[in-house]
Amino acid sequence: MSKIEVKICMGTTCFVMGASHLQELVEILPAKYPDTVDVMGVPCLDLCSNESKYTNAPYVKINDEIISDATTEKVLKHIERLLEDGQE
Amino acid sequence: MDKNNQAQHLKREILVRTIEAFLSDNYPENTRLIAYDMRPQGCEVPYRCCIHKERDVIQHRIIANLGLSMEEIDERKLLSDYAKKALERTEPEKDVLTVLETACQACVPSRMFVTDLCQGCVARPCVESCKFGAISIQNGRSVIDGSKCKNCTKCMQVCPYHAIVKIVVPCEDACPVGAITKDEGGHATIDFDKCITCGKCVAACPFGAIHEKSQIIDILKKMQEGKKVIAMIAPSIAGQLPCSIYQLHTALLKSGFSEVVEVAQGADITATNEAKEFKERMEKGDKFMTTSCCAGYNNLIEQHLPEIKPFVSSTKTPLYYTAELVKKDNPEAITVFLSPCVAKRRECLDNPNIDYLLSYEEMGALFIAKKIEVSTLDPTPFKVEASREGRNFGLLGGVAKSVEVADAGQTEIKPHIINGLNKQSIRELRGYAKKGECEMGNLVEVMCCEGGCIGGNCCVNSVKTASKAITEFTKDCKPLKEPPTK
Ligand code: SF4
Ligand code: SF4
Ligand code: FES
Repeated sequence: MSKIEVKICMGTTCFVMGASHLQELVEILPAKYPDTVDVMGVPCLDLCSNESKYTNAPYVKINDEIISDATTEKVLKHIERLLEDGQE
Repeated sequence: MDKNNQAQHLKREILVRTIEAFLSDNYPENTRLIAYDMRPQGCEVPYRCCIHKERDVIQHRIIANLGLSMEEIDERKLLSDYAKKALERTEPEKDVLTVLETACQACVPSRMFVTDLCQGCVARPCVESCKFGAISIQNGRSVIDGSKCKNCTKCMQVCPYHAIVKIVVPCEDACPVGAITKDEGGHATIDFDKCITCGKCVAACPFGAIHEKSQIIDILKKMQEGKKVIAMIAPSIAGQLPCSIYQLHTALLKSGFSEVVEVAQGADITATNEAKEFKERMEKGDKFMTTSCCAGYNNLIEQHLPEIKPFVSSTKTPLYYTAELVKKDNPEAITVFLSPCVAKRRECLDNPNIDYLLSYEEMGALFIAKKIEVSTLDPTPFKVEASREGRNFGLLGGVAKSVEVADAGQTEIKPHIINGLNKQSIRELRGYAKKGECEMGNLVEVMCCEGGCIGGNCCVNSVKTASKAITEFTKDCKPLKEPPTK
């Protein structure tokens, strides 16, 4: 049973475009899913550098999937879905 | 309201694009094209009624980014003409805010409203509670007569079904000094004689319809002309981005500034002077003194609260001292204050030593446009390193604390903090002025923004994480004064 890995992009672009407020996930997730989810802030995921890609920042990577225009709610929903699908 | 909402995202995206356009080889034309790039033919219409309105709103935001007022815009002109016009001015425009009428929803006027939850009950406490006789029962339902209603909310409080609600206009509701009214079309207008430029309406409007008039084009232009442009960074900047303040220093140099100076330096002077003044005042028999470093508060004093003047410290702001030092050493240079808030815009306009203001939000957009990744940069130290207390000025209570440290135990100090200006805290201050005393303390720190400067409306980071980052950074900095040895 591998844990779901949540990587919040803490690169400059993502941070300015809203990841600053995703930092709350670093507290929310371990409290809510102590055994099933790992969360961390990571350096620029390199998704922002292509032309105008900042439009869809901030990015969060959940396992191998990229969540664009990420919000706390969006990330939580995605995790819930993964857990329901019996991904644990 | 959560600062990190879609309106904010949109605002920042348009800022990045405006900067990119400026840096491109065809600034006027590329500025004109922004709205079409963002909403190309046939694209989804995320927020407004149709694609044309979407583009219109985007264009009006660009006009504010160009530093122009919506109020003076001639719709027949092209945006590229306005982009050129922005290059012509030699001084930033007055009146720091502008209402984007196209973006403003003309929210329904603030009033009390009876919802369908009304049961037309037997007790009818609403009728009873209204002192103005504005409520009657018609067809078994409570009805409010708008001409008599004074919005006192009594009826709302007594209804056991919570059937009565208060409809608020977000901008009007947020304004602590009643500076926003509606024009004939229901759109918000700001009375600049009353406005203290606190920026609360900017953050409150869910449509992002109130916008600062940016000076980013003016600053970029000076850089492009090869002028020496010096950044003066407010203490609160330390917790804004995921990097150290020394890396941020490097990032600012990379983005076009020639030199970076900490305003925390000036904060050290403010703290020292204020402590001295406080001691003198208390010895003279004064009951309290308020701080004087917050621009929003200073505007409030001038425009709405002159009676408190005798109790306000005459010490200047950290920015004042810093700008004085910088201009003295570099009379030719262009000085830019990097600011957490809208309120400082007025202070910068009024102070001849400060040429322009760049908000943290705009700084972030500049880094994005220039593809500067702050966390990968090498640190650059400052010529003069400020003290721990000076660097803590942006935290709530940081100013009062610095005065205490500077005073070094000579005077009995009991700080009282006003955490954000709103209708209630203004009433509180008015009371202290009237009585000539404040029962809560003798050193009153007044912060216009909730949370102190790190809660400023142009901040990028949340108050909580920013505060943690600054505390972590400053704990090992040199103190302003060694603690007294007893
Ligand atoms: S909050 Fe004020 S500025 Fe915003 S849409 Fe409503 S009336 Fe207009
Ligand atoms: S900036 Fe502040 S004082 Fe001015 S209109 Fe907006 S809320 Fe009112
Ligand atoms: S900053 Fe997040 S992908 Fe580059």
